[in-house]
Amino acid sequence: MSATEKEPLFSAKNIKLLTGPLGKNNPITVQVLGICSALAVTVKLKPALVMALSVTVVVAVSNVVISALRSHIPDRIRIIVQLVVIATLVIIVDQLLKAYAFDVSKQLSIFVGLIITNCIIMGRLEAFALSNKPWQSFLDGVGNGAGYGIILIVVAFFRELLGSGSIMGYPVIQKLGLYSAGYENNGMMILPPMALILVGLIIWFQRSRDKSLIEKK
Amino acid sequence: MKEFSNRYIFIFSLAMVVIVATILSLAATLLQPRQARNLELEKKKSILESINVQADFSNADELYSKYITESFVLDYKGNIKEGEDAFNVELRNEQRKPLEQQSLPVFIAIPESGERITIIPLEGKGLWGPIYGYISLKPDMNTVYGVTFDHKGETPGLGAEINTPWFEKQFIGKQIFEEGKFVSIKVVKASSKKAEGGGADATSGSTHGVDAISGGTITSKGLEAMLYDCLVKYEDYLRKNAK
Repeated sequence: MSATEKEPLFSAKNIKLLTGPLGKNNPITVQVLGICSALAVTVKLKPALVMALSVTVVVAVSNVVISALRSHIPDRIRIIVQLVVIATLVIIVDQLLKAYAFDVSKQLSIFVGLIITNCIIMGRLEAFALSNKPWQSFLDGVGNGAGYGIILIVVAFFRELLGSGSIMGYPVIQKLGLYSAGYENNGMMILPPMALILVGLIIWFQRSRDKSLIEKK
Repeated sequence: MKEFSNRYIFIFSLAMVVIVATILSLAATLLQPRQARNLELEKKKSILESINVQADFSNADELYSKYITESFVLDYKGNIKEGEDAFNVELRNEQRKPLEQQSLPVFIAIPESGERITIIPLEGKGLWGPIYGYISLKPDMNTVYGVTFDHKGETPGLGAEINTPWFEKQFIGKQIFEEGKFVSIKVVKASSKKAEGGGADATSGSTHGVDAISGGTITSKGLEAMLYDCLVKYEDYLRKNAK
């Protein structure tokens, strides 16, 4: 016990908790979780950013809470406890957005509430927080939230740029004068299937760079 | 995992529920004023949009007091009800009451053109939830000056298109009366020659019809019903005050 307590806050093992989900263990591209919201909120960059941030906060904080309580939570009702913790945090995030970022909360509408059902969060609580200490759980939560967020942001960047011709609402294409040269926005980019195709492209790219991700036949 | 007694589990759940309830009610109470303020600004923004003035949260208050000169509440016969603030009337609650008791809000705006524009709030049902908006009429109380719609949760790309400019722009210049008879505005397929039921010509090039949304039939029908149901209550007032 004392040996682990002396472990520095950012030991190599802990850093790995943070960076693993960004690459080799990415919740979206490797574990293929949380796809539904990745399709819905990535039409524009701004809601995607807010969604990424909200999910990160919820998964990190709920990981810490569950981890801190892990020896007091009765096994038989642990799923209920996890759900209550997640739901509470999500409601608070939703209320905060309504108070301080009203226009974004309108765009995200039901998807903020649906963070509750995001498989990444329940998955991390079950797989990690219940058997690890709060600090490690926090890093794991931030890592997974960021891993989810980074994919969301990449997808949203391309969808907004190619579908609406803007970045964060700033009309880039128009400023570059491409419309007068005959360029047109790709309406397909705004539709949900394109998000799936983009996620697929990212998975393809990632696997071609990292052969260890390819399943053995 | 340790084994826990039933008593422990009950006490644990009870404590959890109490703590969570306290946190949530605290959050709701503390954030309520800001949220209410946002809703108020949102409402002002929508009212301004119906007279084709684009506002954002920073200037909604200012533009609202600049353009909206009057507001009052009517009963179903078109007489002004004293002592009620039109801005605070919740249309959804009014629609549950019998017609005789309903309060019908009206907002009067004078935009740059100098015309006296009448704004009427709308509320109805879409496919998944409520849809709402405002319609503004020119002094003849017949020609549409502008509209704005919004919705709680219509399908993106389909029903949710009702709050997009291409859909809303179609309403400008349409008429709600035909030779003195109230006909409202029909939402129809662009190619269809006849409005449902009415029999009058209502293609989207006509004076009473706009093009519906492909794939958003139930939302479009809900919007049509909303326009009719809300405007028909104002019929007496509109007739009396037409210039």
